[in-house]
Amino acid sequence: MAELLDKSKQDSPADSQEQKFGLKSLVLHLHPRRVPQAVLKFTHTWGLGGMAALLIVVQFLTGLLLRFVYAPFPGKAYDSIIVLQNEVLFGQFVRNIHHWSAIFLLAITFLHLLRVFFTGAFHGPRQFNWIIGCSLLFIVVAANFTGYLLPWDQLAYWAITVSTGMLEYLPLFGTELREAVLGGTEVGAATLLIFYNLHTSILPLLLFLLMLLHFWRVRKAHGVMVPQNSGNEANNYVAVIPNLVVRELATALVLLAVVLTVSAVFNAPLQAKANPDFSPNPAKAPWYFQGFQELLLHFHPVFAVLVIPFTAILVMLAIPYLRYDAEPTGIWFISGKGRKMGSISAAIALILTPLAILLDEYVISPSAALAIFPGYIIKGVIPLSFLLIFIAALYYLSKKKFAATKNEAVQAVFIFILTGFLILTATSVGFRGEGMRLAWPW
Amino acid sequence: MSTSPRKQNNREKPLSRRNFLKKAWAALGILAGLEFTGAGMAFLWSNKKKTPAGEPSKLLSVGAVGDFAPDSVTPFRPGRLYICRLEDGGFLAISLKCSHLGCSVGWDASSEKFVCPCHSSSFDKVGNVLSPPAPRALDIFPVIIQNGEVMVNTGKPVKRQRFIKSQAVYA
Ligand code: HEM
Ligand code: HEM
Ligand code: FES
Repeated sequence: MAELLDKSKQDSPADSQEQKFGLKSLVLHLHPRRVPQAVLKFTHTWGLGGMAALLIVVQFLTGLLLRFVYAPFPGKAYDSIIVLQNEVLFGQFVRNIHHWSAIFLLAITFLHLLRVFFTGAFHGPRQFNWIIGCSLLFIVVAANFTGYLLPWDQLAYWAITVSTGMLEYLPLFGTELREAVLGGTEVGAATLLIFYNLHTSILPLLLFLLMLLHFWRVRKAHGVMVPQNSGNEANNYVAVIPNLVVRELATALVLLAVVLTVSAVFNAPLQAKANPDFSPNPAKAPWYFQGFQELLLHFHPVFAVLVIPFTAILVMLAIPYLRYDAEPTGIWFISGKGRKMGSISAAIALILTPLAILLDEYVISPSAALAIFPGYIIKGVIPLSFLLIFIAALYYLSKKKFAATKNEAVQAVFIFILTGFLILTATSVGFRGEGMRLAWPW
Repeated sequence: MSTSPRKQNNREKPLSRRNFLKKAWAALGILAGLEFTGAGMAFLWSNKKKTPAGEPSKLLSVGAVGDFAPDSVTPFRPGRLYICRLEDGGFLAISLKCSHLGCSVGWDASSEKFVCPCHSSSFDKVGNVLSPPAPRALDIFPVIIQNGEVMVNTGKPVKRQRFIKSQAVYA
């Protein structure tokens, strides 16, 4: 690495050969030779995209090792994990790294999405890269989900049962879809083989291809978004080697150190072997699906499983194509005004979401109205209409009151929905105890 | 002048031949693609049908009619079901898969309820919902009684909103 960063060597002709075939040329396949000084600032991108890419490499490498020990059959899977942990040298450690990196990867990919959104990096030439990014996020979630089943313990078995159980609420083809995913009517040998295949070959391949496409589109857009207020630094180009590369290496090393430390201290959980006859209490979906599980407690299934998630996905994909009325600034939260409006809508969601949960839990759900009116009205059409009217009001008021641009108003609505979703997830993860009743986590 | 139409003809002919060949290649390519897709689907599909859970019918003998006292609930683990014998002697084979999200319900003999450990739905003896979030009664499996032997078709769960008399099977 040292010679890679050594400037004096860069110019010596003896090195030109090495430059062609060495690390330098590898670096220059990913990066241009020079970038504006402005984009070097860590707090512009927080290095999140690079961190995600690094964690994917970590997953590939540790996953390859795990495959040498793991056996994807219900009778053997759990035992192979036990062997991995107790008999294979560094087995537990490798499993821990794979486990914690998976969680870090999901969180970091999501934060990267937020970074891209809040710096307005989805406009202009980057529109389609947002779509590619959304697909990447989908695959990262799918990889986490398929991996979750593999240890074949009680946690894995029932989390997959409960999550795929949500599919049965889809009208018309719900049951068929669930059976296609499971390869049968319940989680069993066929399911494990399907999940294993997806997890260790199909999804990694897709991930790799999409990542190439993603990086290529970043290059095509002439690198990352340059903040408008960076003055001189926007036009002052500096060499990628060493300026950008040392920063990337430093970020990578810190991230690796954190992942390895966490993996050395905390073991990946492993409960008793899966037993289809006895469910644990409560059985929860993996944490990243618990927002939806919480939604299912409050909304009629057709709304919680179909209407709301699919609308959310469509809105996510539509974000770059909404015909904005202002140029993106590349500045975090667009402007001072945008930041202020965002804080206000986050605060509103922070107050209203818990109130709505409590209202439903203690007033609406136990009330007699449910016996009289059909569930899809009381727990579907009515609350959803309220929500939509509220969002519309938020949008127009913020535009009127703050004389905001469309960019800023859309951002305020996005923050409102995002905060609400995070609170739903937190409620399910932390505040649902036995029998999924509200309870304190302590 | 006189040569030009022929020239054009000459130029057009090879072009259209080339066009034709191009189209033929494209059509063949699409055909081949469809064939491979079809073969792939057939591969995956035939495999799925062979898995036991997907079998259309799987008869399981659970015992003789006399083994089950009237007004009793008996777990039958291998089939993941409960045999419920009603007071009037009718038989019901109730799936232990909760209608909410698919956990396994347990029979609580003291309170005479099926209780789901996952999100605490409960059901009465015939599978009707006593408390949500479960949206409908527990599934049942078709029961066949032949020569005093009770058999259950575990390959075919039947969805139902609530218990009705005609679901029970009599010896
Ligand atoms: C984005 C990439 C990936 C993600 C997010 C991911 C995620 C996961 C998760 C969450 C688990 C469950 C671990 C646990 O909690 O016990 C897992 C297990 C596993 N993964 Fe991956 N994985 C990825 C890539 C790979 C690759 C590329 C391979 C192999 C080629 C692989 C092979 C395995 C194996 C064999 C297991 C079972 C061992 C165990 O559960 O500890 N994974 N993965
Ligand atoms: C596996 C997941 C992903 C990886 C490895 C990845 C990687 C990267 C990298 C390395 C960059 C360069 C700049 C930076 O580091 O921020 C980047 C930029 C970008 N990413 Fe991702 N990304 C992923 C997921 C996503 C997601 C979920 C989205 C959004 C939905 C997204 C949208 C974008 C966009 C629009 C850019 C251009 C940003 C700009 O020009 O400022 N990516 N990505
Ligand atoms: S799965 Fe039985 S109550 Fe949720």
